[in-house]
Formats: sequence, C-alpha cells, structure tokens
Amino acid sequence: MSQSATEAALTSRKDGQFIHFDKVTKRFGDNVVLNDLCFAMGAGERVTLIGPSGSGKTTILRMLMTLMQPDTGTIRVGEDYLHHEERGGRLVEASEAHIRKVRQRITMVFQSFNLFPNMRVLRNVTEAPVHVLGLSKEEAEERALGLLAMVGLDHKIDSYPSQLSGGQQQRVAIARALAMQPDVLLLDEVTSALDPELAAGVLDVLRDVAKTTDVTMLCVTHAMKFARDISHRVLMFCEGKIIEAAPPEQMFDSPEHERTRSFLQSVLEES
Amino acid sequence: MSPQLFAYLLEGLLTTLQLTIGAAALGLVFSFAAGIATCSPNIVVRGAGRCYIELFRGISALVLLFWFVFALPYAGWQLDPMWAGILALALNIGAYGAEVVRGGIVAVPVAQIEAAVALNFTRAQRMRLVVLPQAIARMLPPFGNLLIELLKGTSVAYIVLIPDLTFAGQIVRNATGDSASVFTALLILYAVLAVIFTTIVRLIERRVAKSLGRPPTPGFFARIKGVKSA
Amino acid sequence: MTWDWGYAWETLPQLLDGLGVTVLATLAGTAIALVLGLIFTVLRRSSSRWIAIPTEILVEFIRSTPLLVQLFVLFFVLPQAGIELSAFMTGVIGLGLHYATYTSEVYRSGIEGVPAGQWEAAKALNLPARRVWTSVILPQAVPPSIPALGNYAIAMFKETPQLTVITVMELLSVARQLGAENYRYLEPVTIIGVLFLALSLPTAWLVRRMERRLVPAPRPV
Repeated sequence: MSQSATEAALTSRKDGQFIHFDKVTKRFGDNVVLNDLCFAMGAGERVTLIGPSGSGKTTILRMLMTLMQPDTGTIRVGEDYLHHEERGGRLVEASEAHIRKVRQRITMVFQSFNLFPNMRVLRNVTEAPVHVLGLSKEEAEERALGLLAMVGLDHKIDSYPSQLSGGQQQRVAIARALAMQPDVLLLDEVTSALDPELAAGVLDVLRDVAKTTDVTMLCVTHAMKFARDISHRVLMFCEGKIIEAAPPEQMFDSPEHERTRSFLQSVLEES
Repeated sequence: MSPQLFAYLLEGLLTTLQLTIGAAALGLVFSFAAGIATCSPNIVVRGAGRCYIELFRGISALVLLFWFVFALPYAGWQLDPMWAGILALALNIGAYGAEVVRGGIVAVPVAQIEAAVALNFTRAQRMRLVVLPQAIARMLPPFGNLLIELLKGTSVAYIVLIPDLTFAGQIVRNATGDSASVFTALLILYAVLAVIFTTIVRLIERRVAKSLGRPPTPGFFARIKGVKSA
Repeated sequence: MTWDWGYAWETLPQLLDGLGVTVLATLAGTAIALVLGLIFTVLRRSSSRWIAIPTEILVEFIRSTPLLVQLFVLFFVLPQAGIELSAFMTGVIGLGLHYATYTSEVYRSGIEGVPAGQWEAAKALNLPARRVWTSVILPQAVPPSIPALGNYAIAMFKETPQLTVITVMELLSVARQLGAENYRYLEPVTIIGVLFLALSLPTAWLVRRMERRLVPAPRPV
C-alpha cells in the first residue's frame, strides 16, 4: 500500500471510520432497497455482508464503486465524500475529477469476472496500472507477473479470457484488482458463478490476500466458512437495514436475531 | 476495342476506386464521430450527432452532390467535383455508419463498462480501451455491407461529370454503339469490385475475431464435414 | 449572390410536379419490390437447386451492382429486344427490381425468425403446405418485417433522383432543367433537398415508431 494511503488509513483508524455511510437511502421505483442506512468500517477491517437476496447488500458495494448513486445520504471514504464534494461550504454533486480521485482507492471483483475479452491475461492486469496509475509498461508487467504468480496463473499470461475456466478467470480478475493497489477491495459474490471445486481455489487466493495485506475488504458472499475465516465483523441485512452485527464466531454460533437464525439455517440446508 | 477506349475504362475504374476508398475513409471518420457522439452523456453533443444522422440519412447522396456542385458556388465555395463527390458520398454513408457504430457500442455488455469503472479508467479511456475494441468486431459485417452500398453509390458521380467507371462506360458506348455488351460488362466489373471488397472485409473480420480471442471461424470444409467437438 | 425568394417561388409549382412524379415512382417501385421480392424468396427456398442457386446468384448480382447502370441497361437494351416502355415505366421497373433483392432478404430473415417448432407443429397437425404458409408462417413472419420494408421504401425514395439519367421528369430532373434554363441552380437544388427531408424525416419517424412496437427493443445504454 502506498505511503500516503497508509497514512490516511492510520488517521482514519483512530476514529474507526474509514468508510462511512450516513443515512443512505436507495429506492428502485417503490422498492426501498436501502433505508436510512448508517454504518462505518475502519481501515484494514474486513466485513462480510450476509442476508437474503434483494436485501441491499450488492447495492452497498455498487454505491461504493460509484456504479450507483444514493438517493439521499452521503458516503465518505477517508476524508472525502464519494458522490459529493464541498464547494463554498455546501455539499454539491461531485465532479468526475473528484469521483476519480476518491475512486482510485477502491476497486471491485465481480460475480461474473468481467475480464476484458479483447485483451490477453497479462494485458488485462497491466492495462489500468499503465493508463490510470501511470506506471511504465515494464513496472506494470513486473507487478502483474507477481500477482499472477500469487493467484497461480503466471503460466497463462498469453491466454485470452475465453480460453480460461471460470475459476481461472476469477483469479485473474483478483490479480487485476490488486494491481491497482487499492485501499478497499469490494467482493461481490465472487464465487456464485463457479462450481464448488473452482470456487475453493478462488477463496484460497482471497484468504491469502486477507492474511498478507491490510487491504480493507467488504464482501457479499454465501460462502459462510470463508466469511468466518476472514471477517472481523459480519453484518446481517434484511429489507435494507442491518439487523445484526457481530464478530463471525458470535454471528454464526449464537445469532441473536430470529431472522438471522432462520437465514443461516436456510443457507446451511442449501449447501 | 481500341487501346484508347481501354485506357478510358481503366482510368474510370481508378476514379471509381478513388471515390469509394476516399469516401469510405472520410465516412468512417464521420461514422465514429457521430456514432460516439450519440452515446455521450452531454445532451448538446448527443443532439449534434443525432442531427447529423437524421439530416444526411434523409437526403439522397445524389441531391447532396448536386447541391455541392451547383448550389455551393453561389455561396462562394467552388469545390473540385472529385472532392465534392467524395464529401457528398462520405456525409451520406457516414450517417448510416454512425448508426452501425452506435449499435456496436450499445451491444457491449454493461458489465464491461462497470469493470472499467472499477479500474478507475476515465470516460475516454473506457471508450477507447474497453468499449470500442469490442464493438468494432460487431461493426465489421454491417460496415462491409455499407462499403458495397458506397461502391454502387459512386456511380452517381457520373451525373456531375466525374469521369468514373460509369462515365467511361458511356464513352465506350458512344464510340462503339453497342449498349448491351458495354453495360453488361460494366455491371460485371462492378460485381467483381464488390466481390473483392467483400473478401477484404471478411479477411479483416477474421483478424479482428482472432485479436478478440475468439476461436477463428471454421473454414468451409470443416463446417460441412462437421467439426470434431473439442 | 444571395437567395432569390421570387425565383424560388416561381419554380415551386414545377418542382411540386416533379415531386409528384418522384412519389409516384417510389410507390410503384415499392409495390413491384414487395411482390418481386416475395417471388425471389420463394425461388431461393426452392428444393430444386437448379432453381435456387441461379436465383441466389441473380439476386446477389443485382444487389451488388449500381442501380444507375441497371437503369441504363433497361433503358437502352430493352428496346433492342423489342420491348418499348416509357421512361417512367422503365425507371419504376428498375427501382422495383433493384429493391426486390433487399425485400427478398427481409422476407427471408422474417421467415427464418419463425421458430422451428412452428413448422413442426404445423406438420403435426397435417396441414397442407399452402395452409402452413398462409395461416402459420406468414402471419408470424410479416409483422416484424414491416419496419425493415419501410426503411427500404425510404431508401428507394432517396434513390429516385437517379431516374434523371433516363429522362424521367422527377424532382432532380426538374431542378436541373430549371437551373439550366435560368442559369441559376441555387434555389431549385436547395428546394429539392428540403423537399426530400420534408418527406423522408416524418416517414422515417413513423417507421421507427412502428419498429418500437413490432420489434423487441435493444437494451438502452
């Protein structure tokens, strides 16, 4: 992690609020997906969101990635607002330049990988570091090769995504995200589109990332074992609200809320 | 046929090729400019793109060409007929091409753009590095059709006395008096040109498919024999 | 020199006559293209390759060669074969023949768009071949084809000025004549440009509205 990012991480760690949702509401038509949501994450914290589908978990990730705007409320990352900026003491809609500055610290791994089909594996990983971070081609390739080795795909750098299995594609996508050296890594159901044995490989890579870096992670997942292994905190969502928040052991072993218990029960039966 | 007439035909053929390739190149620029403009978030840019498309699709290339050659001089603009021809044909084909470009862009999955946002590309980079390279593969087949339309369309240049293939055909007909064989030969020449252009576009299509990491489309014989499943 | 309203006004009646010829040629040409295109489609689908392949080649040939040269062929060669037609009729036939190759393509994709299950169902009901076409296939194939056919009618409208080369007195011919007589082209040539827009823009808009209703829309950006 870069020097300035680490400093920022430390300052925000003091008040324990690196990422801060303040009264965020999001509706799709009549459907209220997020209802006056407030929650915060410290720098380096790893949080997993669980809950029935349609409860707004993915919406939170998509808002953090600026793929969606909140209807009301604000989101802060470090010292900066994400969708807004202060101008003349007032909070106004953020300019593209402001969004890009804040978004630099965040990246996301998607359920359906979303590798660029027109680029070989190596270029998928180097493209953004070269064009966004301004690295030289050599620097970017060196970084990419290191990351691809970490995810066990350094022998596939010349393949096109269409020539890889889903699990391999997702591991490339993880390398691509990490090449941006993000402060925040968003994981949106990254194994939902994979067969169990391929999913295991992807989750192992992510366990490694959690162990060896201090990147802030926010995951939406149905892989409860994985959530237990990596999370500092688990949040249970229901109908756009957090109904329970606890460390993983407590959440999985002795959930307080009735709704959490029935949800965990149904997930267990499924797997 | 005398060598003189043959030379006319050859020159006409070259002029037709110049018109086609010149208008295709310029039309490609118009296509991308207007096609990308119609996908802009800025309403003024989008409106300008839309206006260009509607205006030049609504008016025929021949009338436009006539206007350039006969009306524009009143405004003090005397275009060389050849350039007027290229410009009129390019403006016209560019309006159709812009729709092709737009269609190709719109067909790129939203997820690809989201991935590009997650990597913090600028809007222009998203278009240049992610969307367009994927969209171009989809644009090529319709572009190939437009190229043939353009080739056929160049024959109207004859009406404003640009010495193209059709013009040369008229000269030969006047000299020989044999309408049937001259015009039939002319049709065959155009058809041969069309086949050549189509073949070139197909070859480009294959290369682009390869650069997108798609397996090359099986050859003719592989297809009729049934490809061994991998 | 600037725009001369008086001259523009004077030329208008003759230009409107030309517009009438242009519209009439478009309508008649479209009618021919619609019928001839259907005939091409049926012949191309023929089970005899002695019919299907030559038709296919003929259609490809007509479609990849210029309408203008085809008009010359019809205009100069037909009389040699003893077929005497007016310039207008020759032009209409030329337009219809040329655009039949496009309408044939539209019909074909319309027919191919009917799910295979429909053919099988019709067969299972033991319907006679003609019934299969008239009550099962065509009712499903035609509506989605209408916008594409409409677009080709507009395209044909914009190609009618080419009839000027065989002396049909449509819009462009009238404008050329006026320009030559008065040594002034600006007004007539500009007016016909505006007339083309005035007709093709609303028609294209109508077709697009129809398209939205009849053809599933692509996903918006």
